[in-house]
Amino acid sequence: MKKIITFITITIITSAIIFIACNKNISGRTDNLPALNPQNIDLNAGSWKTILLSRPDTFAVAAPAAVTSTAYIAELNEIKGYQKNLTDAQQQSINYWSAGAVLRWNEILRDLVAKYNLPPYQNADGTYPIPSSANPFAYPLFPFANPPYAARAYAYISAAQYDALVACWYYKKLYNRSQPYTVDAGVVAKVPQTTLASYPSEAAVLAGVTAEMMKLFFPDEIGNLQLKLQDHELSAIMSGAATRSDVVAGEALGRQVAQQFIARGRADGAGAAVGNQTVWTALETTTIARGETPWYSLETPKRPPMLPLFGKVIPFLFDTATVSALRPGPPPSTSGDQMKTETNEVYNYIKNPSRENTRIVHFWADGVGTYTPPGHWNAIAAEDFIKKNFSEVRWARDLALLNMSLMDAGIVCWNTKYFYFNARPTQLNPAIKTLTGIPNFPAYISGHSTFSGAAATILGYIIPERANDYNAMAQEASMSRLVGGIHYKSDCNVGLTVGANVGNYAINRAKVDGAN
Amino acid sequence: MHTTYKLIRLIIISAIVLNIANKSWAQTDQDAIMMSKNNFCSGLMYGHSSWNNYWEGTFKRDNQNLGTVSTSMISVMGNYGINRRLNIIFGLPWVQTKATAGTLHGMKGIQDLSMWVKWMPIEKNFKKGIISLYVLGGASLPTSNYVADFLPLSIGLHSKTISGRIILDYQLGSFFATGSATYNYRSNVTIDRTSYYTTTLILSNEVQMPDVMNENFRIGYRSSYLIAEAVVSNMTTLTGFDIRKNDMPFLSNKMEATTAGVNFKYTLKKISGLAITGGANYTVAGRNVGQATNLNIGAFYVMDFSPKKKDKK
Repeated sequence: MKKIITFITITIITSAIIFIACNKNISGRTDNLPALNPQNIDLNAGSWKTILLSRPDTFAVAAPAAVTSTAYIAELNEIKGYQKNLTDAQQQSINYWSAGAVLRWNEILRDLVAKYNLPPYQNADGTYPIPSSANPFAYPLFPFANPPYAARAYAYISAAQYDALVACWYYKKLYNRSQPYTVDAGVVAKVPQTTLASYPSEAAVLAGVTAEMMKLFFPDEIGNLQLKLQDHELSAIMSGAATRSDVVAGEALGRQVAQQFIARGRADGAGAAVGNQTVWTALETTTIARGETPWYSLETPKRPPMLPLFGKVIPFLFDTATVSALRPGPPPSTSGDQMKTETNEVYNYIKNPSRENTRIVHFWADGVGTYTPPGHWNAIAAEDFIKKNFSEVRWARDLALLNMSLMDAGIVCWNTKYFYFNARPTQLNPAIKTLTGIPNFPAYISGHSTFSGAAATILGYIIPERANDYNAMAQEASMSRLVGGIHYKSDCNVGLTVGANVGNYAINRAKVDGAN
Repeated sequence: MHTTYKLIRLIIISAIVLNIANKSWAQTDQDAIMMSKNNFCSGLMYGHSSWNNYWEGTFKRDNQNLGTVSTSMISVMGNYGINRRLNIIFGLPWVQTKATAGTLHGMKGIQDLSMWVKWMPIEKNFKKGIISLYVLGGASLPTSNYVADFLPLSIGLHSKTISGRIILDYQLGSFFATGSATYNYRSNVTIDRTSYYTTTLILSNEVQMPDVMNENFRIGYRSSYLIAEAVVSNMTTLTGFDIRKNDMPFLSNKMEATTAGVNFKYTLKKISGLAITGGANYTVAGRNVGQATNLNIGAFYVMDFSPKKKDKK
């Protein structure tokens, strides 16, 4: 009996030690950031060149009440009321948003892209259902946030945030309303103090514009995003950075600016990008007519090609004629020797893949259930922007430049893919087994390479001291598709070049947008 | 009784190859059998596991882009008797995976080294039989930098584990019943990507691994030369999330599997110390795992390192 008791004791103690010693909680890289304290408040950002708005004051924002008014004093009392009994959760909410609101909304967007990046499961008859924005809650959920869809969502939302913040900065300078903590010493600044005027609240502008944009891109999430908006706006108030009227004016401005982008989005051609059976068949027959082996889906059952008409979507940085001009010449002929050589090259890479090559493939795979390659470049950019202590408006400007580049790179890339409709390596040699999933669209040119070439180019302009690093990353992302068995070398090399060409358009814009 | 244990110098091994579930190869750590003092049993086992259907959450499906997913395994195992109440067990498998359809590349490599200390503190006559209790502590460690984040084709989960197990056995004549329960602590795993989605986007390359509970119940015939048993096992992760419709499986999914099967071990009469083992089991229920059929066969040899028997060789 004594023995039994000894054992049970030993067992319990050992288990307890293991249990206590092993806290497995994970914190994300941006979970515990300090509050953003911009080096430069970019006071004159109200004069920066907008993307869709014709003027920063396209949407009127009424003059705020005087800080001596009874209405304003009541608003200060609201802040004091919160600050008197701030809960831990409320303090956490302040900490979370104060790290950078453009950053946080970008992270939320990346989360949604990953959540919705799932290809629909087939119907019983072997066809595939197509997500419908008219019925977004039915399976398959709308949207399927694949790379082109994601690239476009990142671009529209970043661009709308940028225009909205330019307008916000314009009114901030115009009305120059002091911050609550400056007006009343009884209000505590729970975020770094700034000389930037508080009306309209940039937090609320961002919350309003982003929440509104979700009506177009993630309609299932409107409700959830509304809760985030409320959390964000309340954190701005509780932190002492904004009053209720700053927030109300900001949200309204943000939502109005979003409407312009939504209107553009409804007419940019993306809605028709899925195509239909006639379009899909024509791609095959025209490729055969050219004497080339057409792409076919390597999925079973065969899935229609991903967004074949995405290449006709209207870009942000140039017109549709430029899309054709940026489209590269043809890939090696599927019946030629060069293609044979390139296919063998792919086979040799995957025959006995090294651990390092597999690591690279998986690092850059960004496939199903992830935030996609454009999202990966957003993550890379965001982590570097954090270190730069950009103002919110500069954060928005830089992400808009990046994301417009990524979307337009996607358009040129998709235009090229469906212009040539080129087979994947595995189609030409079924012995090529891949280290990650083969995306369901033609090979030439590599999407990863095009996205990465564009991203590295514009990021190298924004943060010149990192330009070489970005190029090395783009090179690795591109080669990951070759060594993973997904792409021929031509797809990768040409993709990088085309991407860089797109990125240069963003640089040209950045040079004259007034932010330098 | 004493002689029974002396005679039974064996290892029963049956692979629970759930493929996308926790892999536990050796089952000497599962049975109610001890090696005698200074005896060392070692052997090789071949295991094969395959499935066509799997569960995405509770939704059971096939996948024509995977076809049949199979895992082959060759494992070296050993069991040393420090004395008849205290044994040390180890196992090290080499694993290869492949899918018969689709384009995904199979993987192969040396997987995790597992070690167990097995202690039998209690062995008592009870009614007309013998009741015994075993307490085991185990640990496993990946022995190579294999890829974990490529389910269902990765060869393992690359977690370090620490396990505690209690086995209760009752033997009545040649018949026995054994029940066991295990808690597996699993360390977090580092993957090759910098973010991943569970039920939310996580900006880290570290994956929080759910701990696992295993229980099994076995009943059968146990004599000097033949052991035959029927086994029902259950494995359940304590936390984790479901695979979403048409998503890829992930390391920290909620995984559950219930298997039913049989094992045998036959000790050759002509060649002293040589035993052949075999087993088969089938996954009758599961969640976020493949509905695997597992087969294994092995050969084990017992060497006696007792000083007094040295001259025998």
